[in-house]
Amino acid sequence: MANAKEMKSVLFGPIFANNPIALQILGVCSALAVTSKMSNTLVMCIALTAVVAFSNLFISIIRNHIPSSVRIIVQMTIIASLVIVVDQVLRAYAYEISKELSVFVGLIITNCIVMGRAEAYAMKSSPGMSFLDGLGNGLGYSVVLLVVGFVRELFGSGSLFDVQILPLVSEGGWYEPVGLLLMPPSAFFIIGGFIWVLRTFRTEQVEPKE
Amino acid sequence: MSKKNESLGKTVGVVLALCLVCSIVVSGAAIGLKPMQERNAALAMQENILGAAGIYEQGMDVPAVYGERIQPLVVSLEDYQVMQDVDPAEFDNRKAAGDPDRSTRLAKSEDPAGLGTREDMTEVYLIKGEDGSTTGAVLHIRGQGLWGTMYGLIALEGDFNTVKGVTFYEHAETPGLGGEITNPAWVKTWQGKELYGDDGQVQFDLVKGGASGEHEVDALSGATLTSNGVDALIEFWMGDSAYGPLLDKLRKGELTNG
Repeated sequence: MANAKEMKSVLFGPIFANNPIALQILGVCSALAVTSKMSNTLVMCIALTAVVAFSNLFISIIRNHIPSSVRIIVQMTIIASLVIVVDQVLRAYAYEISKELSVFVGLIITNCIVMGRAEAYAMKSSPGMSFLDGLGNGLGYSVVLLVVGFVRELFGSGSLFDVQILPLVSEGGWYEPVGLLLMPPSAFFIIGGFIWVLRTFRTEQVEPKE
Repeated sequence: MSKKNESLGKTVGVVLALCLVCSIVVSGAAIGLKPMQERNAALAMQENILGAAGIYEQGMDVPAVYGERIQPLVVSLEDYQVMQDVDPAEFDNRKAAGDPDRSTRLAKSEDPAGLGTREDMTEVYLIKGEDGSTTGAVLHIRGQGLWGTMYGLIALEGDFNTVKGVTFYEHAETPGLGGEITNPAWVKTWQGKELYGDDGQVQFDLVKGGASGEHEVDALSGATLTSNGVDALIEFWMGDSAYGPLLDKLRKGELTNG
């Protein structure tokens, strides 16, 4: 079993040092689509984190038995099954949100983070570490999404988790919401800003000039 | 990765075992969670019905208000009698519409909404006032839009002519264009419009640029085919081959619950 220090770096490394969205630029599609409200964002983060963690765990458990000729299909089958289970659970316990997330829960299957971690980490590592790696990458994804969701909902609708923070002009308040922030492209700017801030503090992430 | 993993037998074996486990997990989750999902769907439908009837408010106790204000009836669309032997709580409108044994094939000429078939019985919801009298009805409507079938509900006032409200709860129209059929501001423009002209024919229309009069609402800009679809589905469902005779009966107070 790996030591505590390695476990810590596997779990917390992906949050800032090796963030799947900010450094590897994976999984951006869903980050654009589901972040207009904090409640949707949070559910999406939990769903993705669960899928990455458990797909890593199960793939790692059977890694020594997976024939390399069909390994991608085997990984996809496990991931797809987990995504269906997550989708079913959401429909049973968070019906409203699952309707708003609609296809994006299903599209977790195609999220590059899940496949990427399965192929790059779970195929070579022990189940425990793989689970932590999945958890860590899910957290890294979540940090970016929650920041984007926070900015978009606060300045786009003046609320957080549907609780009105900034009173809107249309309801007699003073805040004129920024309509652009409710559109998916606005998440590009916010993710860009996130990466900029991150790389200002962690200069080792800046890519060398070609 | 050892060599023995690559043999044909092992490959097939691993794949089969994996598929078996995964299918058990997936079907287990689907079946185990089904009752809860159905409850959610039923609740969402009750919310839609109350929404169309203009009763729904955020945070209200939906099943309680529904039980108090809405009286569901299963009605035959062939002879317009209340089906006493069918329990509305068990009746699934969508299933009835999709069942060839319980629906009638429509000829092209009498099928403006592009439905193909019409169910032989449907569920209608009478709206009850505070004193228990019938103050309107909510009806299922559906029809072909640009990309798929649009499912909705329309609520009528006690004269069974004036629109109380309309809602499209499921559709696949283009977001921002046809998808605007769910826009509350546009849906509101339907309120108070009248479906039938003086001659008893369906007069309701979606018109481009400047709706005026009691039979018209604005069509959706940039969504001609969606608007045409909505237009056609109102024409069909409110016409003689669907709810027309039923509404006549309701107007005369002849549709009784036996």
